[in-house]
Amino acid sequence: MVSETVFQGIDPVLIPVLEQVKDPEIPALSVLDLGMITGARAGDSRVWVEMTPTFVGCPAIGMLKSQIAEAIINAGYSECEVEVNLEQPWTTDRISARGRAALEKFGLAPPPRMEGEELTEEMLDRVRCPHCGSSDTTLRSAFGSTLCRAIRFCFSCKQGFEQFKPV
Amino acid sequence: MADDALVIGHRNSEWTGIGPMLEEDLAFSSMAQDKIGHAQALYEILHTHLGLADADSLAFRREEKEFRCCHLVEYPIGEYDFSLLRHFLFDHAEAVRYQALASSSFAPLAHLSAKVKGEIKYHVMHANAFLRQLAAGTEESRARMQSSLNRLWPLAQSIFESYEGEKDLIDAGVYPGEVILKERWAAAVQAVVESAGLKMPASEADGLGGRQGYHTEFLSPMLLEMTEVVREDPEAIW
Repeated sequence: MVSETVFQGIDPVLIPVLEQVKDPEIPALSVLDLGMITGARAGDSRVWVEMTPTFVGCPAIGMLKSQIAEAIINAGYSECEVEVNLEQPWTTDRISARGRAALEKFGLAPPPRMEGEELTEEMLDRVRCPHCGSSDTTLRSAFGSTLCRAIRFCFSCKQGFEQFKPV
Repeated sequence: MADDALVIGHRNSEWTGIGPMLEEDLAFSSMAQDKIGHAQALYEILHTHLGLADADSLAFRREEKEFRCCHLVEYPIGEYDFSLLRHFLFDHAEAVRYQALASSSFAPLAHLSAKVKGEIKYHVMHANAFLRQLAAGTEESRARMQSSLNRLWPLAQSIFESYEGEKDLIDAGVYPGEVILKERWAAAVQAVVESAGLKMPASEADGLGGRQGYHTEFLSPMLLEMTEVVREDPEAIW
């Protein structure tokens, strides 16, 4: 687990703190497991956190910034600076194994791994229904209830479900 | 780029609540949110790296004449086929532009573009899918696709209007310039149009002037509506 991308550049003492901050739209998932934290360093009293947005227009960024700072202060540090930048652009491959499992449990099909491949329509079909596990599903709309989700339908259990879009 | 994204984003958002079906309502609303996010990120680069005013001031406190958007994005949403074809032509242009800018010599723009080009793929995918489906639908849906394409093709070329300073940006390696982007765009558009069984219009560019601050009669009323709250209460926060 420790070798996963989400923990790279993150001071281990801050991991339990950052794990407390959840995505407001997917409460099962922490910002850390989502892969949004690209760096975190702790001094004696001061913490510096670097994060990257999932989508450029994600409206949750401002809220997450203040929740991260609050969690750090509650953990006993006196100062916390959170910087948002795009130097390490977020991709769905940054989501941890634990995060992917949490997504599926939450009812959102985890994104297929891109591994440097360019996105194609066919790639969106590499998905399992989070309700019944069938791969007999179809894309209904590339846009869903939030910027990061697409809408699909499962022919096996005849239910609609949401898919976390690969980017 | 930022003004194009802001204005088309606002136009896309006008479909919220009135889309021809739920999925299209969601799609245009989501694309609006993406575009306005892109506009904000670009305005922030202008503010942080090039010393312009902050993002909110650039978006909400400029006169119409100071905007540099192209005419294509200014038109009202019209009927669905008009908005769909505009979105198709505009997002193919966005795709080639952000692809080129991902290797820009201007690092902040290169970082942003590397990210945005992944998001734009979904916009292009959506436009291609609907264009193909409707071109293969009924006689009416096919005729509407062709007629909106014919009407929008000249206007869409206004995206690539040259502007003062373009050569400096090319020389500095910021991006390859409008002529090259337009060629790449036209080739990408043509491939999809032909695969959908539609005909490429032959018309030349029309509706130039946006990059110099000369706009259609549609921009001013849109900006008035967009800035209604900020004019009422400049200190409003939400």
